[in-house]
Amino acid sequence: MQGASDLRLRRRTLIGAALAGLLPPAVAVPPLTRPIPSSGEALPLVGLGSWITFNVGQDLQARAQCVEVVRAFFAAGGRMIDSSPMYGSSQPTIGYALAQLGMPKALFSAEKVWTGDAARGALQIEASRAFWGVPRFDLLQVHNLLAWQQQLPALFEMKAAGRLRYVGITTSEGRRHAEIEQLMRTQPIDFVQISYNLLDREVEQRILPLAQERGIAVIVNRPFREGALLRQLAKHPIPGWAAEIDCRHWAQVALKFVVTHPAVTCAIPATSQVAHLQQNMAAARGPQPDAALRQRMARDVAAL
Amino acid sequence: MPRCASAWRATSPPCDRAAVSEWWTYTPADFLMFAPRIYWRLFEALNRGTWPAAVLAPLAGLAWLAWVQREAARPGPRAATLAAVGLALAWAASALAFLKPLLAPIHWPADHVVPWFVVQAALLLVMAAAGGLRAAPWAVQRRAGLVLLGYALLLHPLWPLLDGRPWRQAEVFGLAPDPTAIATLGVLQLLQATTPSRRWLCRAAWALPLGWCVLSAATLWTMGSAQGGAPAGAVVLALLARGRRSL
Repeated sequence: MQGASDLRLRRRTLIGAALAGLLPPAVAVPPLTRPIPSSGEALPLVGLGSWITFNVGQDLQARAQCVEVVRAFFAAGGRMIDSSPMYGSSQPTIGYALAQLGMPKALFSAEKVWTGDAARGALQIEASRAFWGVPRFDLLQVHNLLAWQQQLPALFEMKAAGRLRYVGITTSEGRRHAEIEQLMRTQPIDFVQISYNLLDREVEQRILPLAQERGIAVIVNRPFREGALLRQLAKHPIPGWAAEIDCRHWAQVALKFVVTHPAVTCAIPATSQVAHLQQNMAAARGPQPDAALRQRMARDVAAL
Repeated sequence: MPRCASAWRATSPPCDRAAVSEWWTYTPADFLMFAPRIYWRLFEALNRGTWPAAVLAPLAGLAWLAWVQREAARPGPRAATLAAVGLALAWAASALAFLKPLLAPIHWPADHVVPWFVVQAALLLVMAAAGGLRAAPWAVQRRAGLVLLGYALLLHPLWPLLDGRPWRQAEVFGLAPDPTAIATLGVLQLLQATTPSRRWLCRAAWALPLGWCVLSAATLWTMGSAQGGAPAGAVVLALLARGRRSL
């Protein structure tokens, strides 16, 4: 499965590189994709997270900015938007943006269930669905493994009944990796969501290889350590090798490093600015680093 | 990342034993779920939505302060009762005009704080009804009380100007929780209960303002705002003054 994925990535890279000189980059060149192992459905390498950035409450000005971010995301060929009941008002903000944009057909909706009470899981999912305004979610994940013993069977049941397309689990910041591994080995999940970036690379040891072995799609959260990584990197000039992979910003370096791990399906950076969104989406285009350059990227950044 | 509860939604959230067992891996930043610019704009919305209360509430506080400054044994029983009623209204307004409708949608733990603000308001009303309050005789405590009260009413609203933010984001006494809590600490310094039962009421009334100031300082510092020094400083000053009230 992964070999086919790499082939597709390479083919897209070549096509993308060929088209890059002919077409306006943010609009016409489709982003590189990776297949979801359990179905073969292609997902762009860069999705859109909503932690903090879309939690704007009733702030109309900020809501309007979020609409523009989502508009730019779909205009750049994006598909996956990820949220959670834990993210304050992010869900209503996403629903508002989707409604403003006429519910783009490309949307791949990734949500989470986050309650310790199994009976309340269904209610929470329905409330989330109503906020988004979608008929059903593409992906539901058990947030931070909370009550997974109760929630996973319920999600598998929804999938079997055709009310859900994919099931996943999440963690962040390196927590509960032993349990994540155990569930990856024992449960028929389609997705696992983990934290991975240029500095936090523990998942390279066991979880990412296991995902390849088990045919589980990987979503990467915190590719910028909630912006802290970029603030740290911004103090340094961008290295010469960045030009080899068409990176003009550290954000693109950080994203290209993450999404070119062969086990990774997509990363979900969050932003509230259209300019940053476009930088992020550009990481899913053009030449990508090979294994040797990835090693150098990690080594050089760790040394900064 | 944090867990438990959200006012925004119909279903309430979770507390997970296994996840809580990893509590030591969390930092204050993990609990900050909103951007600072969104937080500061909440006060703009608060002031706009409650206008002209944003001007009248601090003016009422200043009028009270001017009144008690003219009395020889300040504040007298009537002024003490009036202060307790005014503070009760301020805590209730902070909960119902700010915490519940504005802060809780972007920061779900705030929803759990709302009942405590209402309890604080009720406690202050009970203090007002029970009477038995008089001016604290200790000079250090009185001075600290006046400093805290003066800061809350006059200086705290100026933080946006120091931060380079619009003045419309001013946090004013009577609506915003921080100056309300700091002013409460100030008034409590100025008062003394005359009987043991009233003394317990007074002691209980200290708990939430102190707790809120600590929480707010942690939040503001996590946001990278120097303004966190204000509630933290208020707590230090209030406790130091109480500890030295015999001087």
